[in-house]
Amino acid sequence: MINIDINKKLHGSLGEMDLSVKLNIKEGEFVALWGKSGSGKTTLLRILAGLEEAEGSVDVFGESWLNSKKSLAPQKREIGYIFQDYALFPNMSVEENLLFVAKDRVLAKHLLEVTELTDLSKRLPNTLSGGQQQRVSICRALMKRPKLLLMDEPLSALDPSMRTKLQNEILKLHKEFNTTTIMVSHDPSEMYRLASRVLVLEQGELVADGEPKDILLKTQGSQKFSFEGELLDIRKVDVIFVAIVSIGQQLVEVVVSSLEAKELRVGQSVRVSTKSFAPMIL
Amino acid sequence: MFEIFKTLEFTPFLLSFKLASITTLILFMVSLPLAWYLSQTKSKLKAFIEAITALPIVLPPSVLGFYILWAFSQNSLLGVFFEDTFGISLAFSFTGLVVASCFYSLPFMVQPLQGGFEALNKNMLEASYISGKSKLETIFRVALPNMKPALLTATIVTFAHTVGEFGVVLMVGGSIPNETKVASVAIYEMVEVMDYDSAHIYSLLMLMMSFMVLLSVYMFNQKHSHRVGIR
Repeated sequence: MINIDINKKLHGSLGEMDLSVKLNIKEGEFVALWGKSGSGKTTLLRILAGLEEAEGSVDVFGESWLNSKKSLAPQKREIGYIFQDYALFPNMSVEENLLFVAKDRVLAKHLLEVTELTDLSKRLPNTLSGGQQQRVSICRALMKRPKLLLMDEPLSALDPSMRTKLQNEILKLHKEFNTTTIMVSHDPSEMYRLASRVLVLEQGELVADGEPKDILLKTQGSQKFSFEGELLDIRKVDVIFVAIVSIGQQLVEVVVSSLEAKELRVGQSVRVSTKSFAPMIL
Repeated sequence: MFEIFKTLEFTPFLLSFKLASITTLILFMVSLPLAWYLSQTKSKLKAFIEAITALPIVLPPSVLGFYILWAFSQNSLLGVFFEDTFGISLAFSFTGLVVASCFYSLPFMVQPLQGGFEALNKNMLEASYISGKSKLETIFRVALPNMKPALLTATIVTFAHTVGEFGVVLMVGGSIPNETKVASVAIYEMVEVMDYDSAHIYSLLMLMMSFMVLLSVYMFNQKHSHRVGIR
């Protein structure tokens, strides 16, 4: 069990705020951390990694990493950390990046096989694509067989198809190593696929904690579909108004009444839902 | 025409290079921890230390030379201390010249190194700490190998700048043959006694060497500027 009870004053974009998190995480859990930017997600990860100071306590499987008397150095915490920008060592080959962490050739070979990087093991990181680099970084983070794996938006810099591929690999590795994991993410589908639990952080406080389907599926009542999107434009077509809404990577047209059209502002965040149609999946 | 080469004394050149090599070596060892500290610290002392480090760039060499000479003299505790403990008189000696050069060239070593450290991806350094590596190991195995252009700029420019110094050397070292008479001082003396032929040869040699050194630095840095590890 990991027990976290920390406090830190932050100077965020919205002025001063208190990051105050009290949390228990079971061994082997895959926790997704969700929230707007500036809500303190990355700071929470950095506190757990020992990269930033905080008040309070962090106990990890019976070992105290942080209490009122001491704060264990990042070097002594058994963690893996995956950065959004990979943060590989450019002067070392893929293989050397892994062996830098631990001289465990068997594990390095295995990780490179799982992530299909064996052929690239002698290459320098700068010669690899973003997706390949992030796979190296995931392997590197697992080389120490960490007790806690922290991922800060690991896939947000990648394109959607590469993201799906890496999600599968992360899932595969999580099943094999059973490493307790905390992942910061903005992508609901990613959290749904990977996480066993979703936490929502708002202004430094946990406002929701539960299973992915309870937190992420937002349909209410008799709604069948409900999508969040951005209103791009409202056009008048004859006597009706058509709103153009961007949902994910798609643009959709929705008919709105003149009254609704008056209240809507271009650029605002809207929810599009339908009730009584039977959906077709093609 | 070539007769003059036979009579020309090249010891001042050798002395200049000896001085520059020793100065560069000492400054590299001193500046590495200092530049690392400055690149990582959030302390209020940072601006203060940076200002002191940069002083030799803006101060007239005569001012710097005067203070150093005064510090080396028998009127100051430092001068007396060196005389009594090591039996070395710092003023008008090669050792004194090395010490003075270290002050004079300090910013040319510290600033590129600090810039190199600051340009490194912070996450990369943190990834090394998280991998269990100490700061020292991180500096030598992760930071320095990924900032070769900065290392080259720092050492070469420090070397070249020390070879090119004149004012401080003249004030602190005087012009004692085989001891403190370096190339730049030798040229000054040649002009004073109107030996323009020798002055021409010396000056041209200096000009060509300085240009070649700078050209090689810029060519190396251009070749390596695409290297990442820097963002």
